[in-house]
Amino acid sequence: MHPIVKLLSQRIALGLLLILATSALIFAGTQILPGDVAQSILGQSATPEALANLREELGLNEPALSRYVDWLLGALQGDLGTALTNGKDIASSMAGRLGNTLFLAFWAAIIAVPLALILGLVAARYAGRWPDKLISGVTLATISLPEFVVGYIVMYILAVNYRLFPSTSVIYDSMTLWEKLNAIALPVIVLVLVVLAHMMRMTRAAILNVMQSPYVETAELKGLRPATIISRHAFPNAIAPVVNVVMLNLAYLVVGVVVVEVVFVYPGIGQYLVDHVSKRDVPVVQACGLVFAAVYIGLNILADVVAILTNPRLRHPK
Amino acid sequence: MNDELKYLAGRAAQGRVSRRAFMGRAAALGISAGMAGNMLASAVSAQGAVKGGTLRIGSVGGESTNSLDPALAASQVPYHNLHQFGETLVEVKADGSIGYRLAESVESTPDAKTWMFKMRSGVEFHNGKNVTAEDAMRTMERHSNDDAQSGALGIMRGIESMKVDGDVFSVTLSTPNADLPYLLADYHLQIQPDGGFDDPGAGIGAGAYMLEANEPGARHLWKKNPNYWDDTRGHVDEVEILVINDATARMAALQSGQVHIVNRVDPKVAQLLGRSPGVQVVNVGGPGHYVFIMHCDTEPFANNDLRMALKLAINRQEMVDKILNGYGTVGNDFPINAAYPLFDDSIPQREYDPAAAAEYYKKSGHDGSPIVLRVADGAFPGAVEAAQLYQQSAAAAGIPLEIKREPNDGYWSDVWNVQPFCASYWGGRPVQDQMYSTAYLSTADWNDTRFNNPHFDELLLSARAELDLGKRKGIYSEMAHIMRDEGGLICPMFNDYVDGLSDKVQGWEKDGTGELMGGRASQVCWLA
Repeated sequence: MHPIVKLLSQRIALGLLLILATSALIFAGTQILPGDVAQSILGQSATPEALANLREELGLNEPALSRYVDWLLGALQGDLGTALTNGKDIASSMAGRLGNTLFLAFWAAIIAVPLALILGLVAARYAGRWPDKLISGVTLATISLPEFVVGYIVMYILAVNYRLFPSTSVIYDSMTLWEKLNAIALPVIVLVLVVLAHMMRMTRAAILNVMQSPYVETAELKGLRPATIISRHAFPNAIAPVVNVVMLNLAYLVVGVVVVEVVFVYPGIGQYLVDHVSKRDVPVVQACGLVFAAVYIGLNILADVVAILTNPRLRHPK
Repeated sequence: MNDELKYLAGRAAQGRVSRRAFMGRAAALGISAGMAGNMLASAVSAQGAVKGGTLRIGSVGGESTNSLDPALAASQVPYHNLHQFGETLVEVKADGSIGYRLAESVESTPDAKTWMFKMRSGVEFHNGKNVTAEDAMRTMERHSNDDAQSGALGIMRGIESMKVDGDVFSVTLSTPNADLPYLLADYHLQIQPDGGFDDPGAGIGAGAYMLEANEPGARHLWKKNPNYWDDTRGHVDEVEILVINDATARMAALQSGQVHIVNRVDPKVAQLLGRSPGVQVVNVGGPGHYVFIMHCDTEPFANNDLRMALKLAINRQEMVDKILNGYGTVGNDFPINAAYPLFDDSIPQREYDPAAAAEYYKKSGHDGSPIVLRVADGAFPGAVEAAQLYQQSAAAAGIPLEIKREPNDGYWSDVWNVQPFCASYWGGRPVQDQMYSTAYLSTADWNDTRFNNPHFDELLLSARAELDLGKRKGIYSEMAHIMRDEGGLICPMFNDYVDGLSDKVQGWEKDGTGELMGGRASQVCWLA
């Protein structure tokens, strides 16, 4: 077997193992929450008989290990159970919400990733001079502000004062793509501002790091233009660390946007999770946790794969 | 109804046909003078209203777990949804009187034990079926059923039997209750086809708007019901309710013109919001109040001198000014204010009096150890700050209060109604009897002050059976005095309903029966 295939399959197997371990953690975590599920469904008015009946119905009397195995096998087949609060199938109600979140993340990423890379390259090209300082200053300022503050500022300027975009981003199926894009303009702007700095700084640092290597010096001595040196020689060698940061930020766009979703009333999975956490709807919390973990780990595997494929030293290990 | 006559009523309202000519034509068509007069009145009031448009409401209190089942409604968005598609038998009007909706008249036997609701004829549900007395009875049956987990279950407990006789739905109570129509005006009791037994969450009722899109936690879209029976209501083509739980986002949505009406304007920003162009803030006194409650059966609060000391040691006006920013009124240590029918406004207002408080405190013989007051942010908006103000005003009277801050999570199950002294709130009830029966009758489930006064209980039951309004008012006044001087309730303030409106909204009226005109804003208002 080619060493790189072996390396990749090892990495993917490790990722799957990690998801398995996370699922165990999620399950254990929701089990040790204070109060049992039956109690929290029935509330204060619970009678002992009603509690016993419900525990039986929910299978809470089974040992934790067998419940975990049942849950995991179900999840593998796409059956995440039903929500306790409204009795709806979790997989189908979560699918729509997850779709919305991915839609928002997709458009934020489409803008943020190229923009961050370009700004990072520009900043590296003019390192220490005013374009670098301007770009770094602005992006660091936007990442330093909490998301909801950025959200309110953007909302105040673009929605209230200039009325360019709607201040709430409710989207639904009967909207055209254009209407949807108009509706999500503000959250996309906020997310772009929030994730930009991290990726931009890493691109800049990675490029500058490479720029100190002897082969770049050689390229300079050959008389190549700085832009050509960066695009032909420095950037390909800086991809691995940049991809890692890009993937981390993409994962953030999916699993970390709860606050932005709440501020802009966006019907994504973050809001869905928060609503159910406050109602102690454990199956939904478990399902969301599992999906979030899978997204996070999946994107990180992807980052590793890209890093391995683009790194000659990993491609041809000694 | 005769289309020609409707058309004529419209013309008469516009002044194109004289009133006399209209009445004459109506008589010629065999319509009684009274009925023709009603038609004319409704045509006139509808004349001002512009029809059409989409009215958008931004509301707090919606979650993806919400259902359209009227029994399960507990927060604001479900409350407003019910007012779009549903219709109750009767409603409580802004002036505190009963308005007739699906019931066109209500009568009772002289002992106030049996009540007859005569159903309005020719009214249809959204599914095309006629609204019958049978539907009304089935609805009440479902809400009486433990399985339905209805928020109106407490109201239903007093019903002994129900029956249908033609178009009359009658209710017999186990004990007399002169307020029964007010109780059946509860917003959970929207009449559903067959009582909603088949599909409680279908969103089918007899209201002004029909379900178009239902996305819990995000938005709810309602379309005008073309067969709605009441011409004076339901002016817009569509009502869209957007769930905007974040307060700042809600205000921004109003300012940016994305929604026309918002609820729950934070008193802290109300004045700022009112100054922005095209927006006005409307407030109206309601029955809701913020409270500190003591258990009358637990030391040291079992001592009425100590309770009195604590009541005198709170600065009510300061709370209204600082916690409510003036959007409210001072309380008087009983849970009733001018928003209730039969309120006695001659009861002297209790003032902050540190000297008298110190005296009562001394008399109580309390050992001087700090009195623990439990509070959480979620107890009511500004609860922690209110507790701090209270701590300072009490310290001036030499009474040491220790504030114990509790987490919001679990506050209503672990602290409220469990710990002897804590902060809380009440949304209020439409009538005095219901408020007292819910929380101050010694046997009430939610007797959160552990108030046990046999004389008070007796008065409450006798008032309930009293159909003579003058006598009832006297009894309620006596109860208020007992509550104020002996109860475990410290009521510093009644909070106003504060809503925000765009200047496109017309027809808004002061209505303290609930937020957004008791939920009726989308039916009564129109868009300019």
